[in-house]
Amino acid sequence: MQANQVKPTNIFTMDKARIVRFYDLTRDVRFFQVRPYTLDMAYMMDYRPGQFMMVSIPGVGEAPFSISSTPSRPGLFEFGIRKMGVLTEKLFELKANSFIWIRGPYGNGFPIEKMKGHNLIIVMGGLGAVPLRSLLLYALDNREDFGDIYLLYGARTPDDMLFRDEYLSMKQRDDVKVLLTVDSDPTGVWSEDIGVVTNLFSRIKGIDPEMTYVAVCGPPVMYKYVIKELIKMEIPKHQILMSLERRMKCGVGKCGHCAIGYIYTCIDGPVFTYWDVIHMKELI
Amino acid sequence: MRVVKLKKKNLVPFLRKLEEFGEVWGPVKKGDRYVYAHTDPENFDLKALRTIIPPKKFFVPPRFRMFTFKEDEWNEEIDTKKRILFGLHPCDIHGILILDKLFLSNYPDPYYKTRRENTAIIGLSCEPDDKCFCKSTNTHSVEEGFDLALSDIGNEYLVWIGSSLGDDLQKMGEDLIDEDVTEADIKKYIEWRKKRDGMFRTDIDLTAMPDIFEISYNSPIWEKLGEYCLSCGQCSMVCPTCNCYDVEDNYRVGSEIERNRHWDSCMFREYSLVAGGHNFREARSERLKLFYTHKLAGYMSIFGKPACVGCGRCADTCPVGINVPNVARALKGEKVDAIWAKEVKDAG
Repeated sequence: MQANQVKPTNIFTMDKARIVRFYDLTRDVRFFQVRPYTLDMAYMMDYRPGQFMMVSIPGVGEAPFSISSTPSRPGLFEFGIRKMGVLTEKLFELKANSFIWIRGPYGNGFPIEKMKGHNLIIVMGGLGAVPLRSLLLYALDNREDFGDIYLLYGARTPDDMLFRDEYLSMKQRDDVKVLLTVDSDPTGVWSEDIGVVTNLFSRIKGIDPEMTYVAVCGPPVMYKYVIKELIKMEIPKHQILMSLERRMKCGVGKCGHCAIGYIYTCIDGPVFTYWDVIHMKELI
Repeated sequence: MRVVKLKKKNLVPFLRKLEEFGEVWGPVKKGDRYVYAHTDPENFDLKALRTIIPPKKFFVPPRFRMFTFKEDEWNEEIDTKKRILFGLHPCDIHGILILDKLFLSNYPDPYYKTRRENTAIIGLSCEPDDKCFCKSTNTHSVEEGFDLALSDIGNEYLVWIGSSLGDDLQKMGEDLIDEDVTEADIKKYIEWRKKRDGMFRTDIDLTAMPDIFEISYNSPIWEKLGEYCLSCGQCSMVCPTCNCYDVEDNYRVGSEIERNRHWDSCMFREYSLVAGGHNFREARSERLKLFYTHKLAGYMSIFGKPACVGCGRCADTCPVGINVPNVARALKGEKVDAIWAKEVKDAG
């Protein structure tokens, strides 16, 4: 009797996870590599690029964070976290090997099945590099499933660019076009572009817009300008994907905070198309 | 559905017998309002129309503990107490059915689910006052969502048995129950319904609301409502279908940590505030728009009916007359008797 008894699962129950590695990506953004406590759990927790996890420190609280790693490299979760509030401040105080608590993954993630067979343009601004890195690494790990792949990333200064070294070395690959730009270069060491991210679009050449998916994530102000360029390129509105941010307390469509009209960012999003944005208003 | 009868004089003894199943809660008078109380059924006020707080508080209490954390372990705290809620009117039962859709679909919420499964619901028919508009929301009668439902037909109640548990409850008071429903009873019931349906004083056609919300997105009405709204959040607290909550951790004596869940309101400024200080709904008018879109448009475009059950609590509660009937009427360009309405008219 006891052996087969299935305890009803509490969707809010968290799993213990160990911070196996961390380092600072910028002044205030830290990279965390996290492994679920048991190996079974580590390999069981599958996810999609674009999904997020609820991360919790007992006594401090719980908040959603985009997953920055790719499911094609299982067993670990990676996050890029900016020190911004009570919970993140506490996360920054933790030492390697500390425990945190996680639940998820949640959200729709990117529609990978639909995106396969298409070109992929990834446009990142600032912290938008965190969720889109998952998609980028996934596409590179499944390179034969995609057409041309472009990465466009705009940051304020070279020091503000997340995963800068990773992307700089990615430039050596001939199967992905990496275009990096900064608004300004105070130290004068930057060998890549200077200017806004929209300046880079002219370098995307010879792609069929109908056969292209674009993923955009960045500060709210960025979307307007990027979308203008994409529409100019004649990318279909429903193939422009955006990963959005909202306040969330549950991650499972109950607490209401991420509601927009009648949809919930946590279960119907966080990935939306540009058509959704026009259709539902208030998304960005 | 099985239907039996209960003599009015047998109601209190019947409810007393149900204590065998669990705590019997019902409406009692408090000042000039009504609240639910666990007391002898003799004290229940059968004339109670709307309680201050809807019965949602039995399934999602205003504040409760989800977990305690001690010695590296989270322990869930789930309330499994058996309760019977007596005297729920059709609007409130519909309110619970709407919450069911939210809390029991997709990822079922164990706190809600357990409380729901351990709570029996006994409905009671009612007659509307001037604030009730459940006929407009089509929630003035119930076919599901209750274990027993009582319809007042004079000296007796028709007892509708809505579930297997309801049948068990009815059996607990078997000797008080009358099995045969006569032709005369049916006639009395039909007459009662006709009389009740004629009593509504608030009638609004809500069928076009999703469309009207779409085209009224930039209406100056929202700005005006935003000027008058106090952001007090009372509308959310008293609404039978409002379910938003916040979660917070607290330290307790003895190195124990608790994770609590408590009601939140989209009327509060912090509701859509994210880390870093960006607020997706800084303006009061935007927060009001979210509330009313949720009640009258969003749910309706999916389920074909509003997420408002016409209980009239918002009309009873809002200090500045911002409530479902008034907002719906204003959006439709109809006359509204509220402090802000005159200015809307002048502006429009």
